[in-house]
Amino acid sequence: MFLLLESVRSALNSIRAHRMRSFLTSLGIIIGVASVITVISLIQGLSKSVTKQFEGLGGNSLTITAHNTMKDAMRGKFNELRFEDIDQLRSHVDEIADVSPLFLMSSPIVRFGSTETTARVMATTPTYQEVQQRFASMGRFLSDSDESSARRVAVIGPKLIESLHLPENPIGQYISFSNEWFKIIGVMEKRGELFGMSQDDYVIIPFRTGRSLMGNNQRLRNMQFTVSLKDISKLEEVKPRIKAVMRKSHKLDPDAPDDFEMESSDQLSKSLDSITATVTLVMGGIVGIALLVGGIGIMNIMLVSVTERTREIGICKAIGARSRDIMMQFLIEAVTLSVLGGLIGLILGYGLGFGISKMIPDFPDAVVPWWAVVLSFVFSAGVGIVFGVMPASKAAKLDPIEALRYE
Amino acid sequence: MITLSAIEKNYQMGDQTVHALRGVDLHIARNEFVAFIGASGSGKSTMMNIVGCLDRPSAGTYQLNGRDVATMESDELALVRNAEIGFIFQSFHLLPRATALDNVAQPLIYRGIGHKERNRLAAEALDHVGLGSRMHHRPNELSGGQRQRVAIARALVGKPAILLADEPTGNLDSSTSLEILDLIKEVHRNGQTVVMVTHEPEIAAQCHRIVRLHDGRVLSDVRNAPGD
Repeated sequence: MFLLLESVRSALNSIRAHRMRSFLTSLGIIIGVASVITVISLIQGLSKSVTKQFEGLGGNSLTITAHNTMKDAMRGKFNELRFEDIDQLRSHVDEIADVSPLFLMSSPIVRFGSTETTARVMATTPTYQEVQQRFASMGRFLSDSDESSARRVAVIGPKLIESLHLPENPIGQYISFSNEWFKIIGVMEKRGELFGMSQDDYVIIPFRTGRSLMGNNQRLRNMQFTVSLKDISKLEEVKPRIKAVMRKSHKLDPDAPDDFEMESSDQLSKSLDSITATVTLVMGGIVGIALLVGGIGIMNIMLVSVTERTREIGICKAIGARSRDIMMQFLIEAVTLSVLGGLIGLILGYGLGFGISKMIPDFPDAVVPWWAVVLSFVFSAGVGIVFGVMPASKAAKLDPIEALRYE
Repeated sequence: MITLSAIEKNYQMGDQTVHALRGVDLHIARNEFVAFIGASGSGKSTMMNIVGCLDRPSAGTYQLNGRDVATMESDELALVRNAEIGFIFQSFHLLPRATALDNVAQPLIYRGIGHKERNRLAAEALDHVGLGSRMHHRPNELSGGQRQRVAIARALVGKPAILLADEPTGNLDSSTSLEILDLIKEVHRNGQTVVMVTHEPEIAAQCHRIVRLHDGRVLSDVRNAPGD
């Protein structure tokens, strides 16, 4: 411990004596750590905010969509979910609390007076807001009677107030699409942007209204069911039941593949996690190379430094330094250099990440997780040790007589 | 205190074996003041290295304060050097980036003495050699004589058994040489054993015993009564 302390003291002295050289030596480490911290802080900030937005997708729900293989699609054959499926699921799977069907209308042009804009028009049932955990912030959401009597009413996303030049309180106004008029009964709460795209430019109409507009025979390629369960912990048990009911409803042969897909919302966040994990891994590889280069830089300078200080080493040995004292001194010097570099890189990287996230509008704040801090310290210290051992053992092995004679 | 018996030292130079020492027997008692003299190639540098525990003899035994140091490992020798031997070199050999105080304190680090105590002992040693006012100067801010005083302070700070001086005045002008020599004599008067290697007869004449080496052997070993 005493030896360690004295070595750190002497390392700091020697680094102070060669400020410029020390800085240039650790530059490789500084750049390596700064770049990894920048990227990690941005990715972490992003994934944190995305996860937060996905949490609103209804944690206890399951989404069923039609599944098309590439082969079927090329043959022009498209599988789809059917209206009968809803009744089948409702009546045959007890654990289901509700099924909220949803499909997108084909005409995306929405008009108010002479203004028009594109928006997603979704037809769904009143249970949508429970299942999706999204609520109206003004007016009200679709009611059961809207649904049962197929009223021409619409709940709009807040972005439309802006893009259609609607009054501040648009309740009671009429908008049109597909040559039909709809009365605005509510405005949904704002969700903001995801990847720079507004999530608030949509219109929601009652499911039956949509269905009557489409006509029963029209194909509903993009229909999806959001199934909410009475008890989410039974999710894995219920999945096969739902699957069986769907297969029966679609009259699939026992050896035919499923023509639908089930996805729970945690799968979505899982796939997001795997994306961030991949990016982090790739970054890790790049940083590994940067640290390797930085380490070689440190080794190079330490070797030069050992040669330069041969006489000093000889003096220290003559007055009683053991090989391990010299070894420790040079090793600690290398580690101190690389850890200082890591520290500077950490601060620089966080600053950069923070700056970048502030410069891009609507980009979430940079977050530096604690493991990244620990990791960059461990890595830079490790680089110092690995690349410091060779010069340090070279110094330790010097013969005192030879070293004293060295000019 | 120092007992060398049948010391031999051979070096391998290419395919030639150089016999630097060919059987040296020597005893040095406590508080002696000995000079090793001889022409270059006589083996006095090798003697100095072996007596100073920087090198091990090829054959023979070396008892230092009752311990056989001829067979020690290099790390053990480092500890012996640290505890028993104070070196003064012709070209001072101070650490260039450290202050006089840090230079003098350096050997105490290897003894595991704490920072405060180290500085106290080093300051005391520097006071003793008359450099109390220049403790915080680096070697390049000191004159040759002052540098050698720092080296003497460093050699004595650990209270070693022997002060080993290798041509201590070789790089100094004559008046500074006399000052340094006076200082070494004073150290001897205070009870220190001093061994000096020199090729200058007038410096050797100040010592109480002169060992002349020639061709790796002791040619003569005489008592000397210095003029003063």
